[in-house]
Amino acid sequence: MKWLRQLFSRRRISQDLSEEIQAHLDEKTEELMADGMSREDAWQAARQQFGNIGLIEEKSRNVWAWPSVDDLLFDIRYGLRALLHSPVFTAVALLTIAIGIAANAAVFGVVNSVLLKPLNYPNAEELVALHQVAPGAEGLADFENGLLLSPSMYFTYSDHNRTFQSLGVWATGEANVTGMAEPEQVRTVSVSDGVFETLAVAPALGRSLSQVDQVPNSSGRVVLSYGYWQRRFGGDRTVIGRNITVDSQPREIVGVMPKGFQFVDADFDLAAPLAFDRGKTILAGFGYHGLARLKPGATIAQANADLTRLLPIWMDSWSNGPGSNPHIYETWKITPTIRPLKQQVIGNVGELLWVVMGTIGVVMLIACANVTNLLLVRVETRQQELAVRTALGAGRARIVRGLLVESVLLGIIGGALGAGLAYAGVRFFVVFGPSNLPRLNEISIDGRTLGFTFVLSALSGLLFGLIPALKYSGQRGTSALQSVGRTISVSRDRHRARNVLVVGQVAMALVLLMSAGLMIRTFKALRHVDPGFADAPHLQTVRISIPGSLIAEPERVTRIQNEILDKLTAIPGVQSAGFVSAMPMEGFDSFWDGIYAEDKVYTDNAIPPLRLFKYLSPGLLQTAGTRLIAGREMTWSEVYGLQTKVMVSESLAREMWGTPSAAVGKHLREGPMMPWHDVVGVIQDVREKGVQQVAPEIVYWPPIRKNPFVPGLVYAQRTVTFVVRSERAGTEGFLNELRAAVWSVNSNLPLASIRTMQDVYDQSVAQTSFTLVMLGIAGAMALVLGIIGIYGVMSYTVSQRKREIGIRLALGAPTGDVLRIVLRQGTKLTLVGVAFGVAAAFGLTRLMTNLLYGITAHDPLTFVAVAALLILVAILACYIPARRATLVDPIVALRYE
Amino acid sequence: MMILRTLKRQPMHGYALVQQIKRTSDDVLQIEEGSLYPALQRLLKEEFVKAEWGISSTNRRVRIYKLTAAGGKHLEREVSSFERMLKGVSQVLAPGEL
Repeated sequence: MKWLRQLFSRRRISQDLSEEIQAHLDEKTEELMADGMSREDAWQAARQQFGNIGLIEEKSRNVWAWPSVDDLLFDIRYGLRALLHSPVFTAVALLTIAIGIAANAAVFGVVNSVLLKPLNYPNAEELVALHQVAPGAEGLADFENGLLLSPSMYFTYSDHNRTFQSLGVWATGEANVTGMAEPEQVRTVSVSDGVFETLAVAPALGRSLSQVDQVPNSSGRVVLSYGYWQRRFGGDRTVIGRNITVDSQPREIVGVMPKGFQFVDADFDLAAPLAFDRGKTILAGFGYHGLARLKPGATIAQANADLTRLLPIWMDSWSNGPGSNPHIYETWKITPTIRPLKQQVIGNVGELLWVVMGTIGVVMLIACANVTNLLLVRVETRQQELAVRTALGAGRARIVRGLLVESVLLGIIGGALGAGLAYAGVRFFVVFGPSNLPRLNEISIDGRTLGFTFVLSALSGLLFGLIPALKYSGQRGTSALQSVGRTISVSRDRHRARNVLVVGQVAMALVLLMSAGLMIRTFKALRHVDPGFADAPHLQTVRISIPGSLIAEPERVTRIQNEILDKLTAIPGVQSAGFVSAMPMEGFDSFWDGIYAEDKVYTDNAIPPLRLFKYLSPGLLQTAGTRLIAGREMTWSEVYGLQTKVMVSESLAREMWGTPSAAVGKHLREGPMMPWHDVVGVIQDVREKGVQQVAPEIVYWPPIRKNPFVPGLVYAQRTVTFVVRSERAGTEGFLNELRAAVWSVNSNLPLASIRTMQDVYDQSVAQTSFTLVMLGIAGAMALVLGIIGIYGVMSYTVSQRKREIGIRLALGAPTGDVLRIVLRQGTKLTLVGVAFGVAAAFGLTRLMTNLLYGITAHDPLTFVAVAALLILVAILACYIPARRATLVDPIVALRYE
Repeated sequence: MMILRTLKRQPMHGYALVQQIKRTSDDVLQIEEGSLYPALQRLLKEEFVKAEWGISSTNRRVRIYKLTAAGGKHLEREVSSFERMLKGVSQVLAPGEL
């Protein structure tokens, strides 16, 4: 660090020195004057004896000089001057670099924030998600979440594990908060003991929930999120100890969590204790996410083994009630597959982001190739200047370094501009990126991103500076002095570098266009999938929950829902309305269970595959535009009469009875002791989990029915999505009337998830459309840059060959021939590039297989179409310089020489 | 070496240093007074001496140079090697042994 300090204190040193020398001279003068000399004479003598002041100062200063740094500073100054000297070149090059670097920095910022940075918890690397798979429980255990934990599993794991410091389970939900202005539906997270302890984040205010709060059937306490505290209480610090009415129950506020705190990936307003009752816990109830903190030194493999050991203990410790066999879960083949919590949060977005990062990186390479081309041309036009410098004694190394410094300067200035643009780019990402992107709120440009940008800028500066610099170093100074003169024709060798660059650019552009093309085809394929509802923009949805604490009686719940439907239908412009437990793609927790058909034989211990259970009102199908394949809908009188009617999805009907029509009139039930239900209708398959996911087999129950588990009890679906078909869907006025209609029935009901089915659909395909947009932008940039590259090279070639073309024309060559010569050269380059590109794309597009739908990564149509497009555009880009070549006036061309 | 030696006796500023050296060498060494300064800068850089602004006996703002510990050690090394060299030279030049 000593040299650094010295480097920056040099100005002071030189000032001190001057002052000191001045003092020396003064003192000498005075002394001589004391000896009787006149002032002038004394001054003269003092200077004489001292020697050459300027030289001595310089010698003294040079003691401190750091020759290489000084030379570098000189090179930088010289480079800046040279760049300023040709503003057009500099502007074009800077713009290209800045855009390339901005795109890279922005995407890296996102990759860094989402994938690389640790989660926002203390010692986050110890945190794991208790993920487990259960191949035998298809439907219930999906690909993303695996098989969730049941309360009994939590108790067993928590009591007997040996590998975790702490462990807990949690689940998301919704609750109604009343008693403050308008009723509001809030997002809740319910936690068991151990969750707050595991996450280990201190509350901003008050305390978090602990074991003392996990008392079954107590009135309960809640912890607020920072956002909800600000929104509802204006950040009032006296809120601790106050009561808040949640689902018509008073709850005491005990704490507020800090800003940005989330439960894994869940945003929330209120956190409440789960308060499981050990006495009433059964084996089943797989609805909770498990979360744990590993003991220091414990590995994930050890933890997996630990939980595998506990599974038999779990089955032996709990039961599903008298007569049930706890060991049926052995057929599920439950296997713990614990993951780092970060992986759970990121999900499959990592792959998407890396693909985007990769494509943007390729765009950067193409941009570098373009700048290299520009620099090559520039070095050639500067041969004379460089030759003169050589002749004046500059070493070759010095000149090469000068050129490199210049290009690195370009890179770094471009990078600085790019960093500014990247800020805008990250904003773009946050606004237009998929809103379900994990850790979206954490995305920012931090030091690491800036460092990456800087390194990238310098590296790309070196990269595109190296080729021209090396080329120059391979030449003789004298020959350069001659060849810039005039007549010697441009050597073939000088073209080689440029040609290689063009081939590379075409190849890379082809790969990017290919991936963009594949995404377009994927998107089109998705658009053609019938999601199970029609005319989505005119379907308004709103979710309403009627808690038991507000309306206890189940039939009243359904009556109120029916009444809301009537009010909604009465709104002007509404064609029809209905409700259902959840619309496709809404992403709400769903219920899965097995069913038995009357005409099928089931062996004793076999459990039937799990089906998705949905509950719907009469009129829903017609409103949503979901087709009825066979039979009919249920009627309201059947619903209120608690008649045992049911509908099934087409896929379920085909699986069980062969054809949809054969299903009508058949009987099914949920268990041996339960009543048979008549299948009255068969409904088309709906894409419940998103357009890209296979439609599940579904059983549609009425919204109210006898509780199959407790005789004599009636069970109503309390949380449902209302669906309204209207031309006015989504407009402000319509939403106000919607609220008024609901509140005219009961003013304590909050409306949640107010959106159109188009919003739901868009969000479901957000990831695909986002990939499409990003690859589309990258592809378009690559195409434009590639075309500029070809155009630039061809133009330059034509201008270099002007004389030759002039001679040809003078000798009577037809213009068509000239055109052909130039076009042939361009086409040859393009074709070579395309050949390389196709080969590369063949290998690389396989990486994006998981992002595609309905086509393979080697979709022939895309390959042919993209290649053809690129060739066509490239030939067009060659045509303009070729055309110019034919317009060369032989006389002018020859005289010019 | 002369500078270090002079400074070892007592810290002083540039002008005084020049006068001191001239005096002790009985004006045998006729050097340009200014050539002292590059030498001083070299010693500063090597951190054999350090400099502080102060007031001289003639009430002038001057930089006073002081020998550092490293400078002292360097001086010892130099002196001993110089003495060895001198010894070598004087042995070669010593009359009577030829």
